[in-house]
Amino acid sequence: MKDILKNINKVFDHRVRLGIMSALMVNDTIDFNSLKDILGVTDGNLASHIKSLEKEEYISIKKQFIGKKPNTKYSITKLGKLEFIKHINALEKLLNNN
Amino acid sequence: MNKEDYLKEIAEIKTIMNRSSRFISLSGLSGILAGIYAIIGAITAQLILTNYKNSSSSYSLLPISYLEYTLIVIALLVLLLSILSAYILSAKKAKKSGEKLWDATSKRLILNFSIPLFTGGAFCIVLYQNNLIGLIAPCTLIFYGLACLNASKYTLGDIRYLGLATIIIGLVSTQFIGYGLYFWAFGFGVMHIVYGAVLYNKYDKNIH
Repeated sequence: MKDILKNINKVFDHRVRLGIMSALMVNDTIDFNSLKDILGVTDGNLASHIKSLEKEEYISIKKQFIGKKPNTKYSITKLGKLEFIKHINALEKLLNNN
Repeated sequence: MNKEDYLKEIAEIKTIMNRSSRFISLSGLSGILAGIYAIIGAITAQLILTNYKNSSSSYSLLPISYLEYTLIVIALLVLLLSILSAYILSAKKAKKSGEKLWDATSKRLILNFSIPLFTGGAFCIVLYQNNLIGLIAPCTLIFYGLACLNASKYTLGDIRYLGLATIIIGLVSTQFIGYGLYFWAFGFGVMHIVYGAVLYNKYDKNIH
C-alpha cells in the first residue's frame, strides 16, 4: 500500500492539472485557447496551473507567431508522460485493492 | 480520497482524452439520411439505365455521354446532400452538447478523411480514362472504406467497422462486375443506415 501511495503524484492532485496532462497525453501539441475550451477554465486559472506543470518539467512550451498574433503551444515531456502513467497505474491499483 | 473519488478522477481523464482528440459531435441521424439518399440515387440511376436500354425510350436517341453525365450528376447530388445533412445535423448536435463544431478535432477529422477519399476519386478518374468503368463502383467503395477507417481515429471509433464493412463489400464487388449499382446501394445505402442507427442509439439519443 505504501508503495502505491508513493506513486500517487501530488502535482496531479488538481482537476485542471490532471485535465491538462490528459489532453496532452493524446495530442502532440495544443495551444492555449484550445486547452481553455477543452477544460472550460479561465485564462488566469489555466495559466497558473500550466506554470506549475512547467516548473516540474512535465510540459514544454513553444512560443511562435501566426501572422502578428502570438501563439503558444504546449506539449508533454518524456518525464511528464512517465509520471502521468505512473500516477494512473497507482490510481488503478488503489481501486483494485480497496 | 476514497474509491469513488478515484473512479471519478479516472472517468474524467478518459473524457478529456476523448474530447480533446476526437470529434464527438458526428451525427448518427445524418448517417441514416446519407444512406437513404444513396438508395434513392441508386434506384433513380437504375431506372434511367433500364430506360436507356429499352430502345423504345427517348433516352436511346441521346448520345452515351449524356447518360454518363446524368449518372455523374446523380452521384454528386447524393454526395452534396449527404455532406450538407452531416454538417447541419452535427452543428445541431454540437450546439446541444455545448461543443464547438469547428475546432482542432473537426479539422483533423476532415483532413484525415479527405486524403484517402480524394486519392480514390483521382484513381476513379484514371479508371474512367482507361475505360475500366466496371471497376469504378468497387473503387469508390474501397476508398470510402479506407477513408472511414482512417477517420475513425479522430471521431467516434465505431466508424472503423463501417469502413471495414465497406472495404469488404468493395472487394467482393470486384468479382461481380456489372452489378456495381447493387453493391453501391448496399455499401453506401444499407450500411450507412445501419451504422447511422447504431451511432444514433449509442450517442445521440441521450442528448436533449
